[in-house]
Amino acid sequence: MKYAYYPGCSQEGGEEQFGKSTEAVCHALGIELQEIHDWTCCGASSGHFLNEELSYALPARNLAIAEKMGLDTVCVCAACYLRLRHTRHEVRHNPGFSKKLEGLLDLPYEGKYDVRHLLDVVVNKLGLDAVKAKVNKPLKGLKLVCYYGCYLMRPPGIVAFDNPENPTAMDRLLEALGADARDWSAKVDCCGGSLMLTQSDAVHDLVGSIADRARDVDAEAIVAACPMCTMNLEAMQKGKDKLPAIYFTELMGVAMGLSDTKKWFKKHLKNPSKVLAAHGL
Amino acid sequence: MQIETESGAVTCSRGFTQQIEKESGVNPALCYQCLTCTLGCPMARYMDYHPDEIVRMVQLGLRDAVLGCSTIWICASCEACVARCPNDVNIPHLMDVLHQTALREGIKPRELKVKKFHDAFMDPVKRFGRQHEGLMSAEHFMRSRDLSLRTLKVAGALGIGMIMKRKIKLMPPKAGEGKAGVRRLFEKTKKRIPR
Repeated sequence: MKYAYYPGCSQEGGEEQFGKSTEAVCHALGIELQEIHDWTCCGASSGHFLNEELSYALPARNLAIAEKMGLDTVCVCAACYLRLRHTRHEVRHNPGFSKKLEGLLDLPYEGKYDVRHLLDVVVNKLGLDAVKAKVNKPLKGLKLVCYYGCYLMRPPGIVAFDNPENPTAMDRLLEALGADARDWSAKVDCCGGSLMLTQSDAVHDLVGSIADRARDVDAEAIVAACPMCTMNLEAMQKGKDKLPAIYFTELMGVAMGLSDTKKWFKKHLKNPSKVLAAHGL
Repeated sequence: MQIETESGAVTCSRGFTQQIEKESGVNPALCYQCLTCTLGCPMARYMDYHPDEIVRMVQLGLRDAVLGCSTIWICASCEACVARCPNDVNIPHLMDVLHQTALREGIKPRELKVKKFHDAFMDPVKRFGRQHEGLMSAEHFMRSRDLSLRTLKVAGALGIGMIMKRKIKLMPPKAGEGKAGVRRLFEKTKKRIPR
């Protein structure tokens, strides 16, 4: 199983634990990731906020290179995932759009190959049996909630590899790893995204409410699949008793007994090691 | 045309509805004010007009009120409204088109900080081809000059955490050929991001 890999800026910057754990887990599962050569930023939320044309051109540059590689693209950041898929969707559904992009990129891009989130690849392509076969340190007794946020599931015409209002892919994955993934009500709530610095009161409220919903079901940590969500969850919870956020890839690494997990956890604004240690992990 | 409301007369701008429809590809007439968008909107309680009201105002052509409001800047683009809208009215895209229209038509952004944040976000991307959290944050404070206690508290807690955890790299990102490639895209898409 081989994919063109789009790491995304956060995974090589502030949230490198997400990138590192992704690469380690894929290696262990036999998912070959071939990094898109000289990949560049997708523009994330600011691109479409400021300039629609640029918001398609930035992801398309990367997809055009992946198309030359002849591979489907995989990424882990939920925001990158939406921008990349949005661009491919426009190319496939809007006649003439491909030509327009080619004029900007000086590269052909026809949207031939798929763009998938790693969670989708692991659960729906690789399959949970293959994951279970690699688990040697089951996350027994670990009470978690899976947080999907916005862009894995919305808008459903463009993304959504699962039920957009009540997704279960991550829950099923965490259960396959032996954890106690609990049903909760904030699965697809918004963390406030890029409004962290500009509407901080709102983001404090939104993140606080997500953490409260997690506590309602006695979760010890929130499992995430987006660097922006994770940063907001860690930085914008108020009070001393903050719930840690952990990437699903990091927990796969723990359950599969990979060696670098402690290094990844150290990179979190709120180190989740204690929660795991309480369960002998 | 003027219409009387509880808070006085408002002006309906001829052609505004059609202009926004053409620009966005969103047909505002499809909205019958079921309020599903507003009920699921995480930012609704912080907005001056709710999402359903924005669509209604576009239907009525209330240009000045829409382009001058706070809502079009603080939509979080969470996509919940369009995911649930029975008529697929793409409100997040409408919000993008509305604040871009405000900028183009010289209307001062009601939430200037938000605009400055997005400018700051794009700055390292334009320069290096990839994002750099440290440069972006510095750029944000230089542009927004937002030194309110509230923002400083958030930025301080986050910044210290990020430095302690060595999350902020000293060197700018290296995108190889991508650097020039992205710069070309910024130039070709023309709308230079104003300082």
